[in-house]
Amino acid sequence: MKILRYLLQKEFIQILRNKSMWPIIFLMPIIQMVILVNAATLELKKSDVYVVDQDMSDASRQLVDKLKGNPFFQITSITDNDHLADQQLLNGKAGVVLDIPENFEKHLKRNNQASLQLRVDAINGLAAELTWSYMNSVIVDYNNQIRASWMGVSKFDPPQKIEVSQRYWYNPSLIYSFFMAPGVLVILVTLVGMFLAAVNLVREKEIGTMEQLNVTPIKKYQFIAAKMIPFLAIALLDLSFGLLIAKMVFNMPFEGSLLVLYGFTTVFLLGVLGLGLLISVVSETQQQVFFVSYFFLLVFILMSGLFTPVESMPTWAQWLDHLNPMYYMMKVIRNVVLKGSGFFDLKYEFLSMLGYGVAMFSLAVMRYRKTA
Amino acid sequence: MKQLRGFIRKEFHHIFRDSRTMLILFGIPIIQLLLFGYVITTEIKDARIAILDKSHDEVTREITHKLLSSGYFRLDAMLDNEGQIDNIFRQGNIKEVVVFEQNFGKKLERDGKADVQVITDASDPNTAQLLSNYTNAIVQDYLQKKFVNYKIPLEIKPQVRMLFNESLMGAFTYVPGTMALILILISAMMTSITIVREKEMGTMEILLVSPLKSHHIIIGKVAPYLILSILNALIIIGMGYLIFGVPVRGSFILLMFVVIVYILLALSLGILISTISDSQVKAMFVSVMILMLPTILLSGFIYPIDNMPVALQVFSNIMPARWFIEAVKAVMLKGVGTGYIWKQILIMTGMTILFLGISVKKFKLRLE
Amino acid sequence: MENENTVIRVRDLVKKFGQFVADDHLSFDVYKGEIFGFLGANGAGKTTAIRMLCGLLEPTSGELTVAGLDGFKQREAIKRRIGYMSQKFSLYEDLTVNENIRLFAGIYGIPTHIRKEKTEELLEKLELGSARKKLVRDLPLGWKQKLAFSLAIIHDPSIVFLDEPSGGVDPVTRRRFWDLIYEAAHEGITVFVTTHYMDEAEYCHRVAIMSAGKIVALDTPKALKKEWDATSMDGVFLKLARSNE
Repeated sequence: MKILRYLLQKEFIQILRNKSMWPIIFLMPIIQMVILVNAATLELKKSDVYVVDQDMSDASRQLVDKLKGNPFFQITSITDNDHLADQQLLNGKAGVVLDIPENFEKHLKRNNQASLQLRVDAINGLAAELTWSYMNSVIVDYNNQIRASWMGVSKFDPPQKIEVSQRYWYNPSLIYSFFMAPGVLVILVTLVGMFLAAVNLVREKEIGTMEQLNVTPIKKYQFIAAKMIPFLAIALLDLSFGLLIAKMVFNMPFEGSLLVLYGFTTVFLLGVLGLGLLISVVSETQQQVFFVSYFFLLVFILMSGLFTPVESMPTWAQWLDHLNPMYYMMKVIRNVVLKGSGFFDLKYEFLSMLGYGVAMFSLAVMRYRKTA
Repeated sequence: MKQLRGFIRKEFHHIFRDSRTMLILFGIPIIQLLLFGYVITTEIKDARIAILDKSHDEVTREITHKLLSSGYFRLDAMLDNEGQIDNIFRQGNIKEVVVFEQNFGKKLERDGKADVQVITDASDPNTAQLLSNYTNAIVQDYLQKKFVNYKIPLEIKPQVRMLFNESLMGAFTYVPGTMALILILISAMMTSITIVREKEMGTMEILLVSPLKSHHIIIGKVAPYLILSILNALIIIGMGYLIFGVPVRGSFILLMFVVIVYILLALSLGILISTISDSQVKAMFVSVMILMLPTILLSGFIYPIDNMPVALQVFSNIMPARWFIEAVKAVMLKGVGTGYIWKQILIMTGMTILFLGISVKKFKLRLE
Repeated sequence: MENENTVIRVRDLVKKFGQFVADDHLSFDVYKGEIFGFLGANGAGKTTAIRMLCGLLEPTSGELTVAGLDGFKQREAIKRRIGYMSQKFSLYEDLTVNENIRLFAGIYGIPTHIRKEKTEELLEKLELGSARKKLVRDLPLGWKQKLAFSLAIIHDPSIVFLDEPSGGVDPVTRRRFWDLIYEAAHEGITVFVTTHYMDEAEYCHRVAIMSAGKIVALDTPKALKKEWDATSMDGVFLKLARSNE
């Protein structure tokens, strides 16, 4: 154990001495977090609409007014002919073209029914769907308004109704940053910890100091532990900064216990740093380590449940996700932070991650050869 | 010229010999595309829900059945009382609890009105909202089909056409996005790391005193990555077309031109990063921090730029990937010609010249 | 020739990398307190051999005993009894002289009070006292070498392995470095050194000359010069090389 102490002392001196890395380790993740959490939002804020009004009636003008009054839609221009509409979509100046056909009002009055045409730039399918549903609700609103003024009924009620009250627990105002901030934080903490640890080890191989250590009686587990602990500490420090930022900048609530969160994060880092070190002991150059780690991280991040709920993935992917440490971490941090889940609520995740961590650490120790 | 050719050949051998890196370089785009194509779907299905049915009558049973057969939901538990809801949410598996009030069916028949609570776990607000809305829609649909059978007066029917991507496929955004990400990875990150590696190992000085001119050294270092990047772009476009049906509607030559302009931009960025980093670790972190995550999140790849706060919309202007993605989408998916994307091409070229200019200046300073 | 003074015993030691035979049936003994040189051109198999002896490489076949311990089964135990310094003399460049000493002393489990004593002794001997808080990176090459050597024997090993230890320095600095080696040998530490500098070979008690993975000659420098009728080891080496063509 004494040897480990000397090795750790060495690692910490080296890290502290390399001052030019500090801003990269501590400052950059924080800036990233502030920027990225703000950037990552799925709630649509605006959409540019190009209106082609070929009817120019009271009814059509009423609809246009209704659109103007909606903060989401911005009307780029209103014309009565169609020939420029496609170009607007092609050069990206408008996201939606609303066509009000000739005799719109007349049809509505005479046939009790009329139609409108919408063209939506659907390259981003998700955004297009949302835009369409917002537009649809404006039209439904407008429809109710027309009914009210023409037929004199205030609201059109069906004879029987089921009142569905929609409650959003743990985040009643549906604030997206409460979801995104812990997620981005996990990514940053993982990036910093895993890359630093993995690259640090292989660097000793490259410059030859590793060989010097290999002729000493150092135990393999002591060496791997000495490479893990400092970066685990750095990652936890980054986590702390990130939580402070989340609290101060995004007003994110913190319902659970810090002990549970730090405890789990430590177990999690044991797993990902272990994986990083495993990659490192089987690689020869920093470049190799970088690319292999990048590959794993990319898959971990995309499958973590941050960009798409895990339940929506195909079954095989869900099974595979049990090998993804970030899957557990994302779930745990969200549950602890927003719901106040405790250790017993998350014991399955704890135990899985602990097994994962121990396995990764052991594999790294086993694959580390003191002989070439 | 002969020396340059020999040097480039040496660099090529150096890279292509490292089979592990090659595997990763071609593996990353393929895996990433497959993940986006098959795993990262935005549609919800099989969300686990719990039901607290205080009524247990025919109507609630029918609604439950309708919910569960919709494909969106999967029943995980039947609850007995409200006290269990918080507990079950804390374990993090269940996304929604549907609570039917007592005498639900009776009330609906007698009073014409009954209450159902849909409680969602909004720690994932997006999913929560979607689930809640789906549930609402299914309940209303049930009601309409079962009890109400009447004609709506004065109905306005909007007809919608989804242009450029009729079936709303995610592939239409992630194919250009993946390209933006991979090309930055290979061109900028790899270039910067290779050059810094030479600095770190002290071999850069050997090269600098050799008869090779310094720009020849840079060209030699960069040329293999240009080729690798072009190959990767072709793989991505090919996979997009063959597996996910993403077409190339515009001119293929114009598309490749845009790709090459972007690769050159990424390479110049890599050179710039290498001039400001003194160790590989630093080059990696600068690359990952200022390139990888922002390219995913700030370029309009996943999250539309229009939704961002104004400050970030302005900020996104300096993201090379933003202009690339715009241009690629326009050429590939809208099928437009040069007239529509000259602005994007001009901006990318300008950035390239700027980055190279700064690099040359820094490089000279360092040598003096 | 075998006796209780044998500290390294090598019999038919072979190392293959795939089809390539780097070391082909090496056999020799090294005795306590001697300076044993391993000579040969680059690629002759010296480094492979020394790396097997100190447990950095697994031999393909043969017998190997180092400090009375088996070179196949007791590799970790051997490491407590040996010191090693490579051509890159791998000190930590971003640690100070003091910190390097503390680290390596710590790794070998030297108690703190003894370490402090040794540190003072060592710094005085190397005249590095004023540089103790300097980063190793900022030391001249010759000092780095001397420090690396002193660290390789800080735990009083019975054998120290030196793999081309004095590359890149001028003959005067090399001579001073060899003073340290003699001193260590005098204190009873066996020295096993590989080199391709022929002047260094003259300093050894016995030398083995390697060529293409085989030992082609093994004796004292004096006897070798006599046998090959040469005035220097350089001459021996050239004649040997010619006769092997």
